[in-house]
Amino acid sequence: MSRVRVLVGTRKGAFILESDGKREKWDVQGPHFTGWEVYHMKGSPADPNRIYASQTSGWFGQIIQRSSDGGKTWETPGGGPSKSPQGWPMGESNKFVYDTSTETGKPLTTHQWYDGTQHPWEFKRVWHLEPSLKDPDTVYAGVEDAAIFRSTDGAHSWQELAGLRGHGTGPKWQPGAGGLCLHTIILDPSDPDRIYIAISAAGAFRTDDGGKTWKPINRGLKSQYIPDPNAEIGHCVHHIAMNSSRPGVLFMQKHWDVMRSDDAGDNWREVSGNLPTDFGFCIDVHAHEPETIYVVPIKSDSEHFPLDGKLRVYRSRKGGNEWEELTKGLPQRDCYVNVLRDAMAVDSLDKCGVYFGTTGGQVYCSADAGDTWAPIVEHLPPVLSVEVQTLS
Amino acid sequence: MIRVVLPYHLRRLAQVEGEVQLEVEGAVTQRSVLDALEARYPVLRGTIREHGTFARRPFLRFFACEQDLSLESPDALLPESVATGKEPFLVIGAIAGG
Repeated sequence: MSRVRVLVGTRKGAFILESDGKREKWDVQGPHFTGWEVYHMKGSPADPNRIYASQTSGWFGQIIQRSSDGGKTWETPGGGPSKSPQGWPMGESNKFVYDTSTETGKPLTTHQWYDGTQHPWEFKRVWHLEPSLKDPDTVYAGVEDAAIFRSTDGAHSWQELAGLRGHGTGPKWQPGAGGLCLHTIILDPSDPDRIYIAISAAGAFRTDDGGKTWKPINRGLKSQYIPDPNAEIGHCVHHIAMNSSRPGVLFMQKHWDVMRSDDAGDNWREVSGNLPTDFGFCIDVHAHEPETIYVVPIKSDSEHFPLDGKLRVYRSRKGGNEWEELTKGLPQRDCYVNVLRDAMAVDSLDKCGVYFGTTGGQVYCSADAGDTWAPIVEHLPPVLSVEVQTLS
Repeated sequence: MIRVVLPYHLRRLAQVEGEVQLEVEGAVTQRSVLDALEARYPVLRGTIREHGTFARRPFLRFFACEQDLSLESPDALLPESVATGKEPFLVIGAIAGG
């Protein structure tokens, strides 16, 4: 019988929640990496036992953890006894150094700071880890200050795909409230050279040559908080989702506005429709119905909690514009939590499961595509990310 | 023999209990002590000093013999009692967060 494994990153450690396909009774493991922020964990599609985790701290910096047994045990890939040719221990699993070499890199220029001045690029943390669809040892990392790195040796060492940071528009990129973060990485299952990424607040970008060159894909986005609302660069994209059966169709939760693209991001149109508010962070797509999408509307950019204190997921079965509220099992009074950008996921069981975590420490599951909800856990630290593995 | 006291999270990361004891050849400085520490425990690379620049991370301090040595040159000699192992070299996480 199929099982699901839910990977939960929180402000104070990581948790792993497992259930059988009924998704009614849950085993809770953790906390792992206690006391550290775990921005993201994700399993390899090529080997579900291989999981990568981003463990980070304002005091001690960045650690990358790796599991080869489904999260039971963990190792820091570069932190062990491996030696360089000179005999020195390697210890590079947390070494994210922007590539400024003349052969492959780009000059370390500046980006826009909160006050409009220019600020040098500084590595702070890994926001998102995206394992390769084919190779368990290949994984991409989206980092703050915004850049994308790749490891092809199981996270022992990392190399920047510097063409993105060197796109030329870097001086116009500006940090959102959470920092200048590259938070979304989507690998196209039909084209190994095509990758989508999103940065707050620069916008969405796409490469069609495996990461050498990138183009901004923000046509149709409109943002009132930048001098030119229709600018090519500067949009605060919160998250993008794709159904792997239809890789050219993308759905976006922007700072404000829910958007859709049917041409791989070349053009976007708004599909907020009848949502009560179109501000929010997370968005995801049903595993088997590529026109069924989910968002959690948040009151506003100034008040990061659900409208009227009612936690509601909204579902569109028509790819946007027409939305229905989903409330069964969710608190409908006095609820003032947030759902962050990487904190929603779906499983691929026959009846698609939908999951999300809140800043109040709850992780909710719907085993019937959103019709009804139940908490898996209710008292974790604030949830930063939720990913799901469907295991056979 | 040099004695080093690490903060809780770095002890857990390095999987050590209590003080770390290190042999340091030559001059005993912040740099030579931290080089020896990171050579013994590679997982600590980047957690006390930044990769590349080897600058002390902003929220960490270095204390010894009731002195704050954080702003001293990394190549300045540490106090004799640290070099002889009488006193430990302390890596301290700044108090922040309320």
